[in-house]
Amino acid sequence: MDTVWEYRNLLFEGTLVTIQLAFGSLLLAIVFGLVGAMAKLSNSRLLQNTAGAYTTLIRGVPDLVLMMLLFYGGQQLLNDLGGVTGWWDYIEINQFTAGVFSIGFVFGAYMTETFRGAILAIPRGQIEAGIACGMTPATIFRRVTWPQMVRFALPSFTNNWLVLVKATALVSVIGLHDLVWNAATAGRSTREPFTFMFAVLVIYLIITAVSDVGLRWLERKYSAGVRRV
Amino acid sequence: MEENGDRTFWEYLTYVSENHSPLDFVLIWDHIDRFLWGTVLTLEITFLALLLGGMLSIPLAIARAYKHPWLNSPIWCFTYFFRGTPLLVQTYLIYYGLAQFDAVRESFLWDPILSSAWWCALIAFTLNTAAYTTEFLRGSIETTPQGEIEAARACGMSPGIAMRRIILPNAFRRALPAYSNEVIFMLHSSVVLSTITLQDILGAGRWLNGRYYLAYEGFITAMVFYMILVFLISRGFKWWEKHWLAHLRQREAEPESGSGKVAV
Repeated sequence: MDTVWEYRNLLFEGTLVTIQLAFGSLLLAIVFGLVGAMAKLSNSRLLQNTAGAYTTLIRGVPDLVLMMLLFYGGQQLLNDLGGVTGWWDYIEINQFTAGVFSIGFVFGAYMTETFRGAILAIPRGQIEAGIACGMTPATIFRRVTWPQMVRFALPSFTNNWLVLVKATALVSVIGLHDLVWNAATAGRSTREPFTFMFAVLVIYLIITAVSDVGLRWLERKYSAGVRRV
Repeated sequence: MEENGDRTFWEYLTYVSENHSPLDFVLIWDHIDRFLWGTVLTLEITFLALLLGGMLSIPLAIARAYKHPWLNSPIWCFTYFFRGTPLLVQTYLIYYGLAQFDAVRESFLWDPILSSAWWCALIAFTLNTAAYTTEFLRGSIETTPQGEIEAARACGMSPGIAMRRIILPNAFRRALPAYSNEVIFMLHSSVVLSTITLQDILGAGRWLNGRYYLAYEGFITAMVFYMILVFLISRGFKWWEKHWLAHLRQREAEPESGSGKVAV
């Protein structure tokens, strides 16, 4: 325990990186998810198929494989493109960016399904009523679709978020100095890997427990208008 | 390019693949055996863990569903711990962590089991999938219709027989869709193997890229392999669901002629 306390700053910095990574990827995942859900529900065949290919691809490929492909391959691709077109010089993708983009991209696919299901759960008549009242599509989205979509999406959203937080641990494999990496380093230098890994597990448990409480509160708030049986 | 005529077709293909193709297909083909062995390892550990974890989860789920006075809360702690933390760290804890204790290093378990990455991965994966499976199996045991249990009682079945013949088989059926997700999730999580020195599919890809200093080939090949596996597994589960859940499926309505799309 004493050694963990000695290394508290290292662990704290790592935790901050992990949390930033989680929130960054979550934001990106929400954007990808909204765009994906809109595409799947649109009338265009092309958009539907693209979004379908996206979710199928992600369901088929583990996140670490995509992360490595993006980190090593994406870098090469960008620089090859830059070399051919001359639009930019050498670009380096750092581990954080690769992590945010790959986790955001992966969970965007899960969010697509979440949001699509939530939008479909809204009775069609309400949207028609909005149109009848003369609302623009944007107003309908803001006043009718969004508040109810959040309500229907929250349980699955909570689940996705908890899986996402755990997925951030993988970024240590490509060398980001996150919680896992820092703890592994500290564990090696003190020869107490078990103590440090256990500390990491406890920190992850705290993060998931806190977000569980927070999201439950949000769930209560957004289902204020729903009668419970 | 004058000696083009002397080359065999294979040499020509190698030349094109090395110099003009975005991916060096011939190089991948030369090392395809690595990927096949990787597939064997990935599937071996994934399925052994699913089998052992599944067996472990049945008694745990029953104890949780019936709120066993002393077992319920320790099992809840176990599932909460393993479901709330990343598998990568759980695996590190067992593989790198246990060596910290002299008692473990000197025990009879050390040499054949706890010092080997294969066994440590299997233990971590088994506990992890057992935790997830316990929770959704508990859910499906708890949602057993009361009438089915009453009917079993009325037929004179003891609680044990009712569990074996009525409650568990139906709980398995209801859990099947969630279980197909768990299997795919385990396959995805098995990439953790490559981080503790094991040569799974991703391990083979990382090896190829490291050996030939490449950026795409190994990872893209690994990606294709995983996609094929996931496709086959979800196909298998669809078939299985059709068989096991045939009585729950909605009867397909005959589309009426001329009505166009049927409203759902």
